[in-house]
Amino acid sequence: MADLQNQHPTVMEPYDLIIVGGGPAGMTAAIYGARAKMRTLLIEKAKHGGQAATTEEVENWPGSGKTTGPELMKQFREHTEHLGVEMIKEDVARVDLKGEIKVIETRKGNRYEGRAVILSPGAHPRTLGVKGEGPLRGKGVSYCATCDADFFTELDVVVVGSGDAAVEESLYLTKFCESVTMIVLHPEGTMDANKASQERAYANPKIKYVWQSAIEEIKGDGIVESVVLKHLGTGDLTEMPTNGVFVFIGTVPNTEFLKDTGLALDSRGYMLADSETMATNLDGVFAAGDARQKWLRQIVTAASDGAIAACAAEKYLAEEEHLRHEVLEPKEPVLAVFWSPASKESLDVLGWAEQANTAAGGTFKLARIDLYKSARLAQRYGVTQVPSVLLFMNGEVVDRLEGNFDDFTHWITEKTVTAAK
Amino acid sequence: MLEVNKETFEAEVLQAKGAVAVDWWSPQCEPCKELMPEVEVMAGKYGSTIKFCKVNVIENRRLALGNKVLGLPTFLFFKDGQKVAELAGPEACTPEAIEAELKKLA
Repeated sequence: MADLQNQHPTVMEPYDLIIVGGGPAGMTAAIYGARAKMRTLLIEKAKHGGQAATTEEVENWPGSGKTTGPELMKQFREHTEHLGVEMIKEDVARVDLKGEIKVIETRKGNRYEGRAVILSPGAHPRTLGVKGEGPLRGKGVSYCATCDADFFTELDVVVVGSGDAAVEESLYLTKFCESVTMIVLHPEGTMDANKASQERAYANPKIKYVWQSAIEEIKGDGIVESVVLKHLGTGDLTEMPTNGVFVFIGTVPNTEFLKDTGLALDSRGYMLADSETMATNLDGVFAAGDARQKWLRQIVTAASDGAIAACAAEKYLAEEEHLRHEVLEPKEPVLAVFWSPASKESLDVLGWAEQANTAAGGTFKLARIDLYKSARLAQRYGVTQVPSVLLFMNGEVVDRLEGNFDDFTHWITEKTVTAAK
Repeated sequence: MLEVNKETFEAEVLQAKGAVAVDWWSPQCEPCKELMPEVEVMAGKYGSTIKFCKVNVIENRRLALGNKVLGLPTFLFFKDGQKVAELAGPEACTPEAIEAELKKLA
């Protein structure tokens, strides 16, 4: 009987926090959310761990030494489950994030409501966009070395790209393949990957390089047989026989479902968020992980985003709760005084407000709001300076006083008379 | 789901009358493993008209290559031993796409 509510999520109270996307960012946010005693729901459409779950070698997660993506993500997931986070496997189709209650609808037709949302939808591999790539996908063209490396045992493959992923996955492929040829855009000796990975690649006799070149076309009848390479300096085209093409040229954010929702995205679809707090342009909505516009995309920075976003969400919920309780919900008129410890005048106004209210028989409820601690609130009500006094009736601003407080006592008396009517 | 291999593929899939769906997977393929429970559900739903098989490509690499399976996950759909449809790669092998093929096949 006690679990009856849990069987009917659609009639439940809104969650404190809904997290969309169960990669390293989302799972870390869930861990922090659960530890902060927020009622947390984690929605993941496929496998927990995101892109990290298909990355074979992970050597830069502190404390784990040399581990694998699937193993590390299994530990993340167990940790998250252990803390009692509710996890569901569904694909988010539509969101409404503008209101005080955020609504998430899934492809299965379920609807979930939350007071705060963390978006950590991750990213997927970018495609080359060349002739032959589409038809030969799964026929020798691959974006996942751990999935497909086995097929190429003792065969020759090319890897497109020169970033961390391209180099790491090339090293992994050498365990299976006869040869791995990296197709690099840059002139000889220049790769985008970190130095340590580059040195391991150069030391591996199975890895060969074609410099300053790009793939023009992938050819094959049913399966990959060759690639046409274009030298970027001379423009010369050459055809090179190969059995497989592995593409690691960056990612595209999974933010299609966020278009036209009011959430700010950059021109490439990455979510824009404050790098200090992960706050997006929408109140109560935070962004984390690879789908956020950021400088470094790693498991450790995704986890960092998740931790920050969850703490920022917790602070947001506390502020909202405080606002509701102190300002919006009281039956009596509320005099909200925006103050700051640095402004002596604002401290005076606090004192005057208290005295005037007592003199008037306690008509008002007084709410003290620290401008700097509640910057977001201040912004919502257009408060830019201290002292500022806002009069709320039934949750609405009905009057305000800013700048000149010489006649403050008179102003309060006048409002007391009005309020009494 | 019926586990088939290089010895049994001929009899269970190519010689089989009617519709057969073959799920090509490997223990290293995370998207494959993630898909498996949903495929099991579909096997229950369509099992009366479609035979569901799976092949671990690690143990049957030559069989996979013989069927031009060169990426995972891959789903092949057969009717009376003839290949009639195919989904290759994690982007193509969504539960929705698989179910759509099953409906056509049933």
